[in-house]
Amino acid sequence: MVWGLANDQWGDGEEASKVIFAEGELGRGEDPAQTGVQRKDLESDVRSGKLVIDEEELAERRLLDRTGRRPVLWWLTSSIVWLLLGSLFGVVASLKLHLPDWLIQDAVLTFGRIRPAHLNVVAYGWASMAGVGVGIWLVPRLFKAPLVGGQFATVGAILWNIGMFIGTVAVLAGFSAGLEWLEFPWQADVFLVLGGALAAVPLLMTVVRRRVHHLYVSAWYLIGALVWFPMLLITAKLPLFIGTEQAIMNWWFAHNVLGLWMTPLGLAAAYYFIAKITGSAIYSYTLSLIGFWALALFYSQVGVHHLIGGPVPTWLTTLSIVTSVMMVIPVVAVAINHHMTVLPKWRMVLTSPTLRFVVAGAMMYTFASIQGSIEALRSVNAVTHFTHYTVAHAHMGVYGFFSFVLFGSIYFILPRLVTWEWPHIWAIELHFWLVFLGFGIYFWPLSIGGWLQGTAMLDAARPFMDSVLLTMPYLKARSAGGILMTLGHVVFASHFILVLLRMGPVSELPPKLMQGFGKGRNSEVKA
Amino acid sequence: MTRALGIIAGTALILLYATMLLLIMPAIQLRTGENPPAALQPYTEVQAKGREHYIALGCVYCHSQQPRDPGLAPDMSRGWGRPSVPGDYSYDNPHLMGTMRTGPDLFNIGVRQPSVDWHMTHLYAPRSVSPGSNMPAYPFLFEVTDYVPEGAIEVQLPPEYQVRGGSVIARPAAVELVEYLLGLDRTYPADELPQAEETETEDSSTTSLLDSGLLGVQQ
Repeated sequence: MVWGLANDQWGDGEEASKVIFAEGELGRGEDPAQTGVQRKDLESDVRSGKLVIDEEELAERRLLDRTGRRPVLWWLTSSIVWLLLGSLFGVVASLKLHLPDWLIQDAVLTFGRIRPAHLNVVAYGWASMAGVGVGIWLVPRLFKAPLVGGQFATVGAILWNIGMFIGTVAVLAGFSAGLEWLEFPWQADVFLVLGGALAAVPLLMTVVRRRVHHLYVSAWYLIGALVWFPMLLITAKLPLFIGTEQAIMNWWFAHNVLGLWMTPLGLAAAYYFIAKITGSAIYSYTLSLIGFWALALFYSQVGVHHLIGGPVPTWLTTLSIVTSVMMVIPVVAVAINHHMTVLPKWRMVLTSPTLRFVVAGAMMYTFASIQGSIEALRSVNAVTHFTHYTVAHAHMGVYGFFSFVLFGSIYFILPRLVTWEWPHIWAIELHFWLVFLGFGIYFWPLSIGGWLQGTAMLDAARPFMDSVLLTMPYLKARSAGGILMTLGHVVFASHFILVLLRMGPVSELPPKLMQGFGKGRNSEVKA
Repeated sequence: MTRALGIIAGTALILLYATMLLLIMPAIQLRTGENPPAALQPYTEVQAKGREHYIALGCVYCHSQQPRDPGLAPDMSRGWGRPSVPGDYSYDNPHLMGTMRTGPDLFNIGVRQPSVDWHMTHLYAPRSVSPGSNMPAYPFLFEVTDYVPEGAIEVQLPPEYQVRGGSVIARPAAVELVEYLLGLDRTYPADELPQAEETETEDSSTTSLLDSGLLGVQQ
């Protein structure tokens, strides 16, 4: 199937990787979140010579960029509110693991409610909404046509927020549906399905009006994600299964949320921004094709590795272990494409905030995926299953990869939507280092502590309590890391609000964003 | 790639294929809801209520309910019970297998810790009976009173945890939750597995189970 689908498209080859550039633009970088000085630096990095850029096309693109303004701002702004709330829940839950007598007087604040509230708010509120926002913004860029049907996505964002609100309140009030990643009652999920379906409408309406022949790789991932998520959520919420079958369904769903929803949204953004900011076509278009279909084929079957050692048929866990290991194929394909595209332009990572976030995210994608394949092996899983190691790994995927890519994307997108530059480069730097170092302090101690916890549990000679006591210093380090990450989010959110309100100082050189409009910096673009 | 429809059809078909493989085939093979083991009793009304508290309080985020095979982990020698089999979950909706062991497995806690008093004390003040535990206390499942009504369960507490001038009694939610925990007992023999004693020491029997392949149960 992969072969067949791939084959009849094979000839398109490298042409398709260039559709995201304007005529003559290839070789020129693009990043609105830099200072003028940084941008000068960057342009000396980029190959010069025989650049005859179609300025008309660029001017048109500036207008296209704003055609999704309302829906994209809805999805992105909402996502940042959920990010702050989710971070708060995360820090509280983390602290509770080593301060078990803190905030215990009310059931609403018990660990068993704050923790699922954290997961759902960051997964469906922050990550999903930001991913959809970035995806919608990419649509006119990918198809070189104005966004059509944006109002559907705006309504979708409102419905999604209603669903998030109902679901979060339900979890905190004790009306959880009981399955991990599916805690929201079905009444809340109805809103998410409708909201997600409405978000897909402008994608479909614009794709039929597109002015490019080829669909760039980011478009495949976007289409895939928006096809898969409703299928997953609807199937998971139908009352088809109980007991053991339900557990299988549970992890089929939960891992597919990562693999077939967040990952394609994140890769769509990474494939676009890495190529666009470095001004290079992606390293190998053919590889990206293989990576996409292999991801679809293998990632969709890995879920049951969460039940290794559980009461499920051997063939089923074996299937999931095999496909988990096979995931190396799409991961290496994506890794080669991302990293080899950046490599010749690596210095741009130092000057471009968007590229720094996205490249850090892409590197953590490679790391998280390889780690996940290893973790699915029976012998490794015997140690890591049921421990904090898995929690650290999950954050490497959803935070290290997906959230970093989203941060970088938002730095690129927001100025183009509101025609206002990011006022404080230092705030972007501070955000990056707070979340990067904070996440390091979160991830490494928790992984080590989780591994030690697992080995202690496997040693029948040691009492179970050993596995609890030994994790304490690592859990405290995790809280410290989580607090730093949360501070980073506060910096990010404040900066975001400044741009939304078109406030803050202006920098020393005219921003590239406004070039070709004749007016001074940061003035409203006239259509 | 030039055709959006091709991508839509391809992605949907691949997920359908994976769903057949991962959801439909195991469901056809297992049918756990249809053949509950004779020794497994459905939850009583009180236990079912207790189970709802277990879900609402999120116990599942720290406690698994799926002892593993001795070939994989020493769950049996910790007293957590024999490896669970699909039929053990015949009445479980939602399932509560869990993915974390911040605390111990609870699949057979009713057998391992059959004392109502211990559970009450443990829920009210976990560290009074389990030093070093990081389980949260659940004071909202109890109330402090100066009069213990007839039939009420008074929480037994060591001196340093006692409330001055009052007794701590269990609210209905605590009673129901403990009733559920005490009912957690899957020690009856599982027909798909050898008896516990055989597998505990011998690795060879574990290997032969692995060899049994398709219809065997996950080790």
